Amino acid sequence: MIEAFALLLLCQLAGEILSHGFGLPMPGPVIGLLILFAGLFVAQNFGSITSASVNDTTLGRGASGLLQHLSLLFVPAGVGVIDHLGLLSSYGPVLFLALLVSTTLSLAVTALVFTGIKSWQSGRNAS
Amino acid sequence: MTPGFDLWVYLSSTPLLWLTVTLIVWASAERIAIASGRHPAVNPVLISIIVLGAILILTGTSFATYFQGAQFVHFLLGPAIVAIAVPLYRNLDRVRENTLPMIAALVAGSVTAVVSALSVAAIFGVPEPVLVSLAPKSVTAGVAMGIAEQFGGQPALTAVLVVTTGLIGAIIVTPLMNVLGLKDYAARGFAAGLAAHGIGTARAFVVDEVAGTFAGIAMALNAVLTALILPLILYWFLT
Repeated sequence: MIEAFALLLLCQLAGEILSHGFGLPMPGPVIGLLILFAGLFVAQNFGSITSASVNDTTLGRGASGLLQHLSLLFVPAGVGVIDHLGLLSSYGPVLFLALLVSTTLSLAVTALVFTGIKSWQSGRNAS
Repeated sequence: MTPGFDLWVYLSSTPLLWLTVTLIVWASAERIAIASGRHPAVNPVLISIIVLGAILILTGTSFATYFQGAQFVHFLLGPAIVAIAVPLYRNLDRVRENTLPMIAALVAGSVTAVVSALSVAAIFGVPEPVLVSLAPKSVTAGVAMGIAEQFGGQPALTAVLVVTTGLIGAIIVTPLMNVLGLKDYAARGFAAGLAAHGIGTARAFVVDEVAGTFAGIAMALNAVLTALILPLILYWFLT
């Protein structure tokens, strides 16, 4: 567990160094993700892991444990919002309506376009 | 002063107290969510934010004091984002197969998220700086606040709207997808990450690893695309 955590932090650290050192527009953790992703392919080429076995490694267990609890990690920032509820002022109900309508529409449009293009694609491949 | 008050003054300013309270509230909220059979409406993030917010208000504790303890939880967001590399590697074949559906859904969803929010708010006469703060609400908080600031919005208001969007998305995504009859976890997850960023992605990882992977990809791509298209949409919308 400690090794997995150290590896994740090492990738993030490398990502932060590249992000800040070269003024890249991508945040450090995202570059860290790409570094780890590349590292997994290097490990695959050395025959240490396959996509089927990665979840049984220390890293695989650590990563899935962390991602299972991803929701918890948004709580502290979410509590910070309480301080700023006053900013909603008189527009609160209208903004809530806008968020509700927009979130519903964007979820539906995204998923429907995704599945629509996918079935069009498989229909074309079949014919 | 009473000894009890002295103890409170001491404890309430240490990271230990607020870290412990955060974890206990979260663990209780999780138990309630599990007891409900993970019913979408019983969202542990929403319950925890409300309970912790109420505790802070009732005890007169500032967010800065609270965050000294809670920052240890917040810190784990960085390594958690790095950790998405593992399910991405594991499901890469599935991701490759879905390249075209992802690109099409990204463009359609990203434009819908911005235009629909602006349209509803504009109908009700919401003023321009508030509209600008609202526009990037489907994007992950850090990027959304940057976009809002760049175009004359209020970053703190954007943060409130981003978190609210994430919670709405995490709560409605499962029933909505069921109503639409969509069973593909790639599509469901991609929609959750696009419309509801990290909080939607977290919900997707609870449901299914494939859904979580696609949600993570959608969250990252939508942050980039929204930053690119928002200037055009705002220009078209506000003039």
